[in-house]
Amino acid sequence: MQPLVLSSFSVVSSLGDGLDATLDALRTGKSGLAPCRFETVKLPTYVGEVRGLDDPANIQAAPCRNSRVARRALEQDGFARNVAVAREKYGSDRIGVFVGTSTSGILETELAYRQRNSANGRLPAAFDYAQSHNTFSVAGFVSEYLALDGPAVALSSACATTAKVFGTAARMIASGMCDAAIVGGADSLCLTTLYGFQSLNLLSTAPCRPFDRERDGISIGEGAGFALLEKPAEREVDDAVMLLGVGESNDAYHMSSPHPEGVGARLAMERALASAALAPKDIDYINLHGTATKPGDAAEDIAVTGLFGVETPCSSTKGQTGHTLGAAGIIEAIISGLSIRHGLMPGSPNTQNLDASLRGRYVVDSRPARIDRVMSNSFGFGGSNCSLILGRAA
Amino acid sequence: MIEAYVEGVGLCGPGLQGWESSRTVLAGIRPYLSMPVVVPPSALLPANERRRMVSTVKLTMAVGSEAIFHAGRDAAVTPTVFTSSSGDGDTIHQILEALATPEREVSPTRFHNSVHNAPAGYWSIATRSREPTTALCGYDASFAAGLLDAAAQAKDEGRPVALIAYDLPYPEPLHTVRPVVSSFATALVLNPQATDHSLARLIIALRRTGNEPTPMPDPALEKLRRGNPAARSLPLLAALARHAPETVAVDYRDGKHLMVDVSPIGSQSRGGQAA
Repeated sequence: MQPLVLSSFSVVSSLGDGLDATLDALRTGKSGLAPCRFETVKLPTYVGEVRGLDDPANIQAAPCRNSRVARRALEQDGFARNVAVAREKYGSDRIGVFVGTSTSGILETELAYRQRNSANGRLPAAFDYAQSHNTFSVAGFVSEYLALDGPAVALSSACATTAKVFGTAARMIASGMCDAAIVGGADSLCLTTLYGFQSLNLLSTAPCRPFDRERDGISIGEGAGFALLEKPAEREVDDAVMLLGVGESNDAYHMSSPHPEGVGARLAMERALASAALAPKDIDYINLHGTATKPGDAAEDIAVTGLFGVETPCSSTKGQTGHTLGAAGIIEAIISGLSIRHGLMPGSPNTQNLDASLRGRYVVDSRPARIDRVMSNSFGFGGSNCSLILGRAA
Repeated sequence: MIEAYVEGVGLCGPGLQGWESSRTVLAGIRPYLSMPVVVPPSALLPANERRRMVSTVKLTMAVGSEAIFHAGRDAAVTPTVFTSSSGDGDTIHQILEALATPEREVSPTRFHNSVHNAPAGYWSIATRSREPTTALCGYDASFAAGLLDAAAQAKDEGRPVALIAYDLPYPEPLHTVRPVVSSFATALVLNPQATDHSLARLIIALRRTGNEPTPMPDPALEKLRRGNPAARSLPLLAALARHAPETVAVDYRDGKHLMVDVSPIGSQSRGGQAA
């Protein structure tokens, strides 16, 4: 593919608001996970909550929690200001919006279902379907907030979705439908995912421990991130972060379990390398999907070591952020961008006893390192897989 | 502008029982009669699997396999783009009801079926396809957004892509806040190059025209077009059925349309004028 530059990006998660807070947490190994006190949920699990979303000052900021998380990210790191500059340059109808979410604003529907009219079963009049429940709501919110009216669509391929947005945006730019694109998305805590993952016995009772021999499931997090993708200038600045490759595949195996040998995951990684015209040896660090389920980490390890061998450093940052589900792709793409820009190999602070049966060179403690190219993996329900390659301008 | 060639069509809606039998109706040669939707069994699903499947999966399998067969393509090597405004309303409703009880017991199968890409996942399993699947939502513009994405992907990858658009009515109480009339699904196999299977060339552009989108002349079909986001495809399907050159304005958003120039290819026998 033709490389694209991430000329601006912003992020929000339980690690904090913005790039500096995120980078600081990656350096110090701080975790955003805490015992779940979300809403009325009574589950023995940890969650990564974005702070202050329900403060009275914030509650009116957007029509649903999911768009509030999105808005928080749009407000960080001068992102909206940088988009305004791009809007002047290209025109508001030449910047596409390709953003993802898995559960959108379903929390608002969950609350509305508790308040149904006892006589006729109707939802409360204040319930705003289009701006909360509908999967497009976050894409509509982002378009409106940034005053863009080019092509706009929401992608919803479970936990791979905000990695896949990069592929969609790259294709739309390549085909001339837009000159630049906003990619990213948001996912937010809700009862559907908390009780849903509980029903699958996939929630850890401790902060999740990717690649640990005692790992016993995921910790759910929430967050959002956005990037402005543009065609690169002839000479990009030295710390510019580029999208070099995207690889997508499907497991064609099971709706909620990964292929045990990671066949689809490996295919996505191979396609990303092919799309970037790179070889495995060109990758300095792999930000794993690594959700800390027993079979998921094992399958990814087989896929990674089968393709890269056992020397390429890799880690999952989900022990710090939690699994932000539909936002994981963009949050980890931005973590990868920070790794390149600031020379940081992220670690996995909750991981205490590495699983000896896993062969990948897993990084437990974050450390300074020159990183030129990162692969970031995101896999989801429905067998959906996506690998991104981010790197410095050549 | 993106160019794409339509190689195969699938269709299932009220009184629209498959593409072949609906062409003369869509072309305005035979009258339209609305009838309850009957989803034909897809050859992709064994009978015992079919019984367990949710309605979104049965509907998308039916139109997807019809279009793939019509195009003479192999589903196992064809990337797919699924697009829907509503997703699986029945499954979501059952989860929401369970979460409103004190026990909050969610069925694990319902939970994994609740993802917007569930039909894409089942399609990949049934067709043994490891090719990319995309699952989109554009609210009322879901069909147009899917068409744009599938055409861009076909062009970018230089190979055919199957677009599958579907929307089903919600159960109450969601139906009241988001009424979707009837079930409707359509599928188009889009190839960046012309082949022996090409039915028509499409040239697609996103424009603000100030005009209304192209309506359906038949009032009942127009009601369906307005009432189901996937049925916003009807004017394009009608143009394909008429097998005559024309430009169709498909609903996008904020006063914008996808302007689709349709140029028929091949003999009339593949079009709606067939005697």
